[in-house]
Amino acid sequence: MDTIDLSASRAKNRQAIEAVAKEARVDLKDCYQCGKCSAGCPVSHAMDLMPRELIRLMQLNSWEEVLEAKTPWLCASCVTCVTRCPQDVDLPSLMEEVRRASKAAGKRPIKEPDIFDDLFIKGIYQNGRSNELYLMMKYNLTSGHPMQDALNAPHLLLKGMVGFKVHKVKDREDVRRIIDKCLGGEGS
Amino acid sequence: MSRIGVFICHCGTNIAGTVNVSEVAEAAKSLPHVVHVEENKYACSDPGQNAIKQAIEEHNLDRIVIGSCSPRMHEETFRKMLSETSVNPYMLEIANIREQCSWVHKEKEVGTEKSIDLVRMSAAKVDRNVPLYSGEIPITKRALVIGGGIAGIQAALDIADAGFPVTLVEKEPSIGGKMVMLDKTFPTMDCSACICAPKMNEAGAHPNIEIMNLSEVEDATGYIGNFSVTIRQKAKYIDYDKCNGCGLCEQKCPSKVVSEFERGLAQRRAVYKPFPQAVPSKPIIDAANCRKINEDRCGVCHKLCGADAINYEDKDELITQEYGAVIIATGYELIDWTKLYGEYGAGAYPDVIDGLTFERLINASGPTEGKIVRPSDGKEPKSCVMIKCVGSRDPHKGKAYCSRACCMYGAKHAHQFLEKIEDGECYVFYMDVRAAGKGYDEFYMNTLEDGAVYVRGRISHIYPEGSQYVCVGEDTLSKKLVTVSADMVVLDTAMVAQESADTIGRLFGVTRNLDGWLTEAHPKLRPVETNTAGVYLAGAAQGPKDIPDSVAQASAAAAKVIGMFCKDSLESNPMICTVNEINCRGCGDCVDVCPYGAISTQSVDRRENSVWVTRTLAFINAGLCQGCGACTASCKASALDLLGFTNEQILQEVDALCL
Repeated sequence: MDTIDLSASRAKNRQAIEAVAKEARVDLKDCYQCGKCSAGCPVSHAMDLMPRELIRLMQLNSWEEVLEAKTPWLCASCVTCVTRCPQDVDLPSLMEEVRRASKAAGKRPIKEPDIFDDLFIKGIYQNGRSNELYLMMKYNLTSGHPMQDALNAPHLLLKGMVGFKVHKVKDREDVRRIIDKCLGGEGS
Repeated sequence: MSRIGVFICHCGTNIAGTVNVSEVAEAAKSLPHVVHVEENKYACSDPGQNAIKQAIEEHNLDRIVIGSCSPRMHEETFRKMLSETSVNPYMLEIANIREQCSWVHKEKEVGTEKSIDLVRMSAAKVDRNVPLYSGEIPITKRALVIGGGIAGIQAALDIADAGFPVTLVEKEPSIGGKMVMLDKTFPTMDCSACICAPKMNEAGAHPNIEIMNLSEVEDATGYIGNFSVTIRQKAKYIDYDKCNGCGLCEQKCPSKVVSEFERGLAQRRAVYKPFPQAVPSKPIIDAANCRKINEDRCGVCHKLCGADAINYEDKDELITQEYGAVIIATGYELIDWTKLYGEYGAGAYPDVIDGLTFERLINASGPTEGKIVRPSDGKEPKSCVMIKCVGSRDPHKGKAYCSRACCMYGAKHAHQFLEKIEDGECYVFYMDVRAAGKGYDEFYMNTLEDGAVYVRGRISHIYPEGSQYVCVGEDTLSKKLVTVSADMVVLDTAMVAQESADTIGRLFGVTRNLDGWLTEAHPKLRPVETNTAGVYLAGAAQGPKDIPDSVAQASAAAAKVIGMFCKDSLESNPMICTVNEINCRGCGDCVDVCPYGAISTQSVDRRENSVWVTRTLAFINAGLCQGCGACTASCKASALDLLGFTNEQILQEVDALCL
């Protein structure tokens, strides 16, 4: 097991971590490690670090480990953790920022959520709203498992829950401006 | 012919649940001399007591048996009730059919049978009871407070303010104790000396308080209201009547010694006041380091003293005074970690210090004027590690208990370190943060906000590397091994009882627990009293405490003393030992076994068979006798008898049970 040299990792990583936390509007010092977030998280069973541990490592400036963790990529942003957190730590927001930092550092421990995320935003950028059928198809092709959930398609088509027609909103430019403003043009 | 009334209490279902009360009452009716038997739902309640009083009147009872809870619970209640009737309060026996019967048995038949036995025994005993009358003990309305820390000062001030004289005994040259060494106090961060020094001055100037510094209690005899205490006033070599406290002697003394008050961070002279605000504000000479006293050289202080106050011939003095009450406030000491923790360097690393030393470092009136520097090279430390529970919660090396104040002063130290050192790093290694107190947890949270990094785990070992100290531990929250290269390490060491508390506890018959803390009479309901009547506890002498708790307990102890002093006299316990002078042969065995020193032997001249003879007889001091009965068991001539538990009464009980 790697040993963390607290002073050295502080000198090396503190600025980067604080910038990410600031972006997420989270004060890492708020977390006192009660574990209520982890215990209530619906996807924690699949995570390699409990949400609590992720924050702990950030408190100890162990940044490399956080960037390589699967946890942020598995977060479903359901906000169960925030609604229950006694210290009101916005974990999903932090997870989002960690994902961005991780991607910027050239790391992507699990590719699927990132692919989905990108395609979803791209679809909205184009049409102003999401078109599930095309999103599903593109995702399946890009992520390399084309037949995933394909058997559900006929049923959904028959029920009219997805369709071939592409729906667009009128003021697509407005939506694009919003996305550009938020992501700094990443969606284009 | 005695007329006994028997009252059996149900105590709701406490007794009636496992004892067939009616059957017990029925059985009691056939006991000798019993003229009236009654059941009672709650005998101790007002209706219950009224029923008993009514029965006494109606049936002309002259003694009663109550089958109920333990006499420790309600004997006093029922005695008080009897004092309002024609029956003497001591013509009462309580059969304990609750704690020793219904609560320990599950089967009703067994419980009932045992209750009948207990009631039968009590009825047999009460038949031989005689009326007893308590006497009066005079009170010496002067209090002795042992220990001049914040607890002792507070207690002395409270008693003195109520108008009673107090002697405050302090073994150090000044009062103030540990509090006056501290820099600031959590959670309000008020300057410790600024709130402690005014109290010290108030005590020093109070007309009702006599401060005896450099003094220790040497001997104590007596009992509540009438203690006789001998205090050793150690030689100060300064005549306090002449000394005006100018401080010239201290400036010119050539002999320099390591200062105890500054925790070894500075030096003092052989003639010294430990710190500028000392009370009494006059110096003493430390004989062990004085060149004049040891080598008959120097004598500078004597030559310079304008008041001619220096007296190299001064001797220890023994002063005996009478006191009505005693408050023990001997406080605490820090555990000597250097003997226990080799893994932290055992004192070999100069920058690994304890919390009290850190207090002197950050104290504006300390040796560095509040600048945090490393004791080794005087440089400012940039990173600091604080280790909690050093000696606490460590039954293997130190003490099993939690020292209570360390979590908070540790948080305070981290806060102060980060406040004073720009870009400072502070790592606090802890196992739990116990911040239970008004405003305490908020204070801890603020310390986190300041940037202190709390790491959950104990430091396993420290080793030097260059000018730094590498601390190795585990963050058990992330399951990671962590290291910190620190410039300074502060150990939050355990509080332990003062050694002198042992002697003082013995002198006043106050027991100490395994860890050496003085024991209160009851941990919840009599927290300031001891098992010796008239002796009270205040502050950390009883167990680890922070300042608010110490002060609160000191005022509580003072209130007890004031309450006692407001009475004209005390009622004595009439259930004490008596001597049958015909049988006593003066062997003195009882003198040896009496734990209270209440028995002495005296020579008495008296006429026997028309001849005057001189006999040695045991004599009981009614004020000292606590009625324990040790002497009656030891008396080979059966000359001693404990009133209320006479040999005859006990044998009656045995007969009732066995015959």
